[in-house]
Amino acid sequence: MKPLEDIVVLDFSQFLSGPSATLRLADMGATVIKIERPEGGDICRQLYVSDVMIEGESTIFHAINRNKQSYAADLKNPDDLAKIKLLLQQADVMLHNFRPGVIERLGLSYEVVKAINPGIVYAEISGYGSDGDWKHLPGQDLLLQSVSGLTWLTNNQNESPTPMGVSVADILAGAHISQAILAALYKKAISGQGSQVSVSMLESVMNFQFELITCFYNDGNELPVRSAVNNGNAYLQAPYGIYATQEGFLALAMGDIVQLGNILDCTALSAYTNAADWFTLRDEIKSHLADHLITKDAAYWLGKLQAAGYWAAKVFNYDQLTEHEGYKAINMELFVNTSNGLQIKTTRCPIKIDGEILLATKGAPLLGEHTDAINNKYLAQNEVLS
Amino acid sequence: MELPLKGIIVLEFCQYLSGPSAGLRLADLGARVIKIERPEIGEAGRSLSIKNLWVGSDSLLFHTINRNKESYTANLKNAEELAAIKQLIKHAHIITHNFRPGVMEKSGLGYEAVKAINPGIIYAEVSGYGKNGPWKDLPGQDLLIQAISGLTYTTGNANQSPIPFGISIADMICGEHLVQGILASLIRKAKKGVGAHIEVSLLESLLDFQFELLTTYFASNKQPERSLINNGNPLLSAPYGIYQTKDGYIAIAMVNLLQLAEAIESDALAKAAVKNPFEYRDDIKQICADHLLTNTSQHWLNKLHAIDLWAIEVLDWQKLTTLPAYQQLQIEQVIAIDEQQKIITTRCPIRINGERLLSNKSAPLLGADTEKIKQEFQIA
Repeated sequence: MKPLEDIVVLDFSQFLSGPSATLRLADMGATVIKIERPEGGDICRQLYVSDVMIEGESTIFHAINRNKQSYAADLKNPDDLAKIKLLLQQADVMLHNFRPGVIERLGLSYEVVKAINPGIVYAEISGYGSDGDWKHLPGQDLLLQSVSGLTWLTNNQNESPTPMGVSVADILAGAHISQAILAALYKKAISGQGSQVSVSMLESVMNFQFELITCFYNDGNELPVRSAVNNGNAYLQAPYGIYATQEGFLALAMGDIVQLGNILDCTALSAYTNAADWFTLRDEIKSHLADHLITKDAAYWLGKLQAAGYWAAKVFNYDQLTEHEGYKAINMELFVNTSNGLQIKTTRCPIKIDGEILLATKGAPLLGEHTDAINNKYLAQNEVLS
Repeated sequence: MELPLKGIIVLEFCQYLSGPSAGLRLADLGARVIKIERPEIGEAGRSLSIKNLWVGSDSLLFHTINRNKESYTANLKNAEELAAIKQLIKHAHIITHNFRPGVMEKSGLGYEAVKAINPGIIYAEVSGYGKNGPWKDLPGQDLLIQAISGLTYTTGNANQSPIPFGISIADMICGEHLVQGILASLIRKAKKGVGAHIEVSLLESLLDFQFELLTTYFASNKQPERSLINNGNPLLSAPYGIYQTKDGYIAIAMVNLLQLAEAIESDALAKAAVKNPFEYRDDIKQICADHLLTNTSQHWLNKLHAIDLWAIEVLDWQKLTTLPAYQQLQIEQVIAIDEQQKIITTRCPIRINGERLLSNKSAPLLGADTEKIKQEFQIA
């Protein structure tokens, strides 16, 4: 039995942050109903964010919205809004990621929804919070990475600020709102009380940096200095980073430099007997290592490192990863079917419950695919439909 | 406000970041989190410092991750102390651990053993690579998981080596997933009275993190390609990325190229804007890069914002933290270590009923709460 099987979520959110949160809730058993504009729906269906398409919609939309239903409603149309309010009476959770002020103008503020359904968990994601000077800025991933200081942590010191190549602000804000929703659902389960919960992408990205920015706060506001050679983490000593070998790349995590020199027969490292130098002289040490590792292939070095129990791994791309037995053993791939009969390969929920991986076979919905079925199920006895 | 997890007791048998970051979130949501630590040494994170920053005998890093928790010391190899832990388990709702597969079982605290003591327990574990397959005994270390998972080919430019994320993304994201699994199980427990066994791994979490990229890879059979110029996200077309200006850097997200050309007054870009922004991504981005170097960040942002194009100045922490917009968020909180010493750290990113979740309780000294907890639960 999946843990959220009796939970109904009305999801008014678009793009990635909100929809990634409800994807997780759906995979853990919740019924997730996307409330979409009749014209175009979730902007992610149409916004040309990848040049790989499935059924005329981006692969990304299919990845984010599998295992959900779609209900088309024009919130500016009084009849549609009345139906939405009837659905909200029967829902456990409502989520949106409109910019501050929009949901209020649409007539679905927390006060209004709470009056309809006092036990509801009302969840919101914003870019920069609902008050403050930046509240109206667009909550877009690259822009959040850029204002938050995050781009000064990745890549080498002589390179420009470098964004992370995955929409990390969206995904973390989605993870945090799903946690807030779940905590509020727990409170509802034991007390019957509803809650309003909110996160912003900026607060989520600041939280993501909490280990490092806490150093900054308490150490005289010194900015991070990325390593000039093979930077892995601005705050870590040699050899932490990725190294080119004669064939392939090798990742080396933290460890004793002298011991590493012995394992790899890199005599230049034996001089660094003072552990404090492993941070202050990290670029020099890493340069010696880089010069040495390029002379043989990654498999050769990895054999020596693993035999000695030193933390190292080969660097894979997706082809190398997906061909490996280690990848196959975790059974991460999932096939879902759209109602048009198309089968799509994607990844499954990463959480295992009671020894079982969580699988679902339902693909992303067509726009408005479930409107009639939802009307019949939830609104059938109501005069609104007469 | 009564926090949602008030009354929930968590026993945290975790070290470093993945498990403890999950415990921190549960604590901020109202749970009572008790770290179970080895006598004398304690959690390994206590002695792991960055920038050689310490708070008394423990690292600042440990204080960052373990504020708002208690500490109970026990040697799990000592029969009496193990028996005391089993007494404590009877009162707990949640157990978390991030030992390598098999270690908790050897200590007599595997899921089956714990379930026999407390059938309603939510037992949540983190591993590096799951419990099956050829990788199961490899060290679950963040950089190594990034390397194996393909993630390092998403970041940096196409002519660079694979570039890791400069934050422990695998640990962090796996901690988030652990919290999700635990909270969903708590809801089920409240309704049905049943416990749960939750398992996450750093590798599965990092693959889930890349779900958009992997789904696109499966559909196209093509590796994601970083752009050669100012790569922002391998899935996205020109101009998405960070651009150097005369006096700094600006980020430009998804924008219409013709509008961009008009805003920044670039004839070359206006000509190139008719081309496919995926296929000619690097050519178009090179034109933008050359042009944007000719004036200041503020000059360009004024022009871009005048027509609502998605762009922003790239900030570092010094600049960010002096801005009113940052200060209004109140993301910082002060933790009093003792009468002399205070530290500043971040708070929980979640707000409930409009309120920020703050806690000024500092990380515990090793074993600080052992006696109190023994008395409270009448453990011999």
